[in-house]
Amino acid sequence: MSGLQLKNPVLRWIEYRLPIFSFLDHSLGSSYPSPRNLSYWWNFGSLAGIALVIMIVSGITLAMQYTPHVDYAFDSVQRIDRDVNFGWLIRDIHVNTSFFFFIVVYIHVFRGLYYGSYKAPRELLWMLGLVILILMMATAFMGYVLPWGQMSFWGATVITNFFTAIPIVGDSITTWLWGGPAVDNATLNRFFSLHYLFPFLIVGVVILHIWALHRFGSNNPLGIDTKGPQDSIPFHPYYTVKDLFGLGVFLTFLALVIFFFPDSMGEPENYIEANPLSTPAHIVPEWYFLPFYAILRAVTFDFLWIIDAKLGGVILMFGSIIILFFLPWLDRSPVRSSAFRPYHKWFFWILVLDCFVLGWVGANAPDAEFHGVPFVIIGQVATAYYFAHFLVILPLLGIFERPKPLPASISEPVLSGGGMAAGAAAKPMEKA
Amino acid sequence: MAETANPPHGGEGETRRDFLYLTAGFMSAVGAGIAVWPFLDSMNPSADVLALAEVEVDISPIAEGQAVTVMWQGKPIFIRHRTKGEIEAAEAADADAADMIDPETDEARVEKPEWLVMVGVCTHLGCVPKGQRAGDPRGEYGGWLCPCHGSHYDTSGRIRKGPAPKNLPVPPYVFLDDTTIKIG
Ligand code: HEM
Ligand code: FES
Repeated sequence: MSGLQLKNPVLRWIEYRLPIFSFLDHSLGSSYPSPRNLSYWWNFGSLAGIALVIMIVSGITLAMQYTPHVDYAFDSVQRIDRDVNFGWLIRDIHVNTSFFFFIVVYIHVFRGLYYGSYKAPRELLWMLGLVILILMMATAFMGYVLPWGQMSFWGATVITNFFTAIPIVGDSITTWLWGGPAVDNATLNRFFSLHYLFPFLIVGVVILHIWALHRFGSNNPLGIDTKGPQDSIPFHPYYTVKDLFGLGVFLTFLALVIFFFPDSMGEPENYIEANPLSTPAHIVPEWYFLPFYAILRAVTFDFLWIIDAKLGGVILMFGSIIILFFLPWLDRSPVRSSAFRPYHKWFFWILVLDCFVLGWVGANAPDAEFHGVPFVIIGQVATAYYFAHFLVILPLLGIFERPKPLPASISEPVLSGGGMAAGAAAKPMEKA
Repeated sequence: MAETANPPHGGEGETRRDFLYLTAGFMSAVGAGIAVWPFLDSMNPSADVLALAEVEVDISPIAEGQAVTVMWQGKPIFIRHRTKGEIEAAEAADADAADMIDPETDEARVEKPEWLVMVGVCTHLGCVPKGQRAGDPRGEYGGWLCPCHGSHYDTSGRIRKGPAPKNLPVPPYVFLDDTTIKIG
């Protein structure tokens, strides 16, 4: 873990004028000490970064062939699939990597929830991650409009129509978003422009995210701080190798889907060109939005006088992400890792289940029924639970849950020869 | 009192400086706002989009009980040649108009009772309601049924059941003669 020694004189010449090599060494190299116990759940950050690069490279190449005009967009995407050399491959890469990107990011977020990575001193790191998530969703939403299929058009119409719910200015905001009286050419053009821009904003926020990460380093499965050199190992080669191995596994799955099931996660309706006169029987967003779509539609009643059902749905949908910004203060427990939180561990898994239930509800028509229970009721219960988890359960757990004793350090269970349950040396957790 | 630009003690000089900071800051904020406005406003509907604001429709081929859909400002416009029965049903429902989700009489929604002209965009989330074509479902009130979340509109296009908050809007239109209308 010594400083960087450059042998090559050219590199030394550059380093003297622009210390970029020591910067990299401190960021990803042998001079970046990391907790020695990181598990595979810590691979998903680097995977997300690589997915972002794949999206940008494939997207820029697609943009060279794509025409953002209502009369040509659908045909230009078909041309990419049929006539452009390897166009089918590049498009399948872009489309399927976007799905994997969301899977990876969702796992990354839930990893943070389980191991309490949002707690002090990593609150800003967590919040920057949420900003990335919001930007990603906006990017994907606008990207899905570009091929100008039926779902592109009607998804855009239904989602943007929610803005009409905002009191007084709602209609002007919606007209402004559309650039006309309906979703049309002006809308497609601006979505293309912003779809190109947003990934680079994401790159910017990712840099801040990593900067904040490196201030205190990674959290770890035990959730306790590193207490000295015996608790850490250099990032390179240990975690560069581990991340590369994870990348290999990731790319294997990605290639499997791209080459063998390229349309498995897409919506067949989107291979029909957009028709503003005919609404498809069942409008659904891409699967990664389904839980949010279920929350949006869960509100079927008016609150008070001012908030009608439509506005209530919009507020809860945005609220479901906004609430995560307050998580570091809603979860009062001083213990980070759920491994030492006997109740939180279970509530975490119930929350995961709840999100799957929401996704399942989002995929079904609201007036459909499941064994006689209307989906809208299931959606309302699941939505209420989602918010209760953060607003009621977490604050109460902070008071009533008695955490298990924490090990004294990361290396202690290993170096003292015992397993994790080296209880003798463990110091009992005192409640803060 | 102070004879130098930077009087040694706070007092009056401090407040004058604060005043300069505040006014300069405020004016810069106003200037920034004015500079941003053209960019935001450029995203509003442009002159050519607004210019497509009128269409003329020949309604002579539409037989009683039939309907056509035309595009106006990127939105479908429903033109329905209503039957006697449909007109009677709409007028009979006027008696309960006060209890409707969006109270309105049939008379207020038409120029001539036989012709119902409306924007065919569901006021819930913008889907196109079914009911224009012969085999379409027309909902519990015999008018239109939105497939997306089940809003039922009556033969006057008024919302009677479901999540939509408003009646199907009536666009501005005039009869140029007995067989031609101008929308917009
Ligand atoms: C955060 C990264 C990105 C995400 C999540 C994303 C997501 C998407 C999605 C979901 C689609 C619709 C796919 C379909 O069904 O065809 C799409 C299409 C498209 N994207 Fe991206 N994208 C990203 C980055 C980029 C970048 C950097 C560009 C460069 C300009 C780009 C250019 C395009 C183009 C031209 C299309 C339309 C062609 C097509 O539909 O395949 N994307 N994107
Ligand atoms: S859009 Fe018509 S009922 Fe929802």
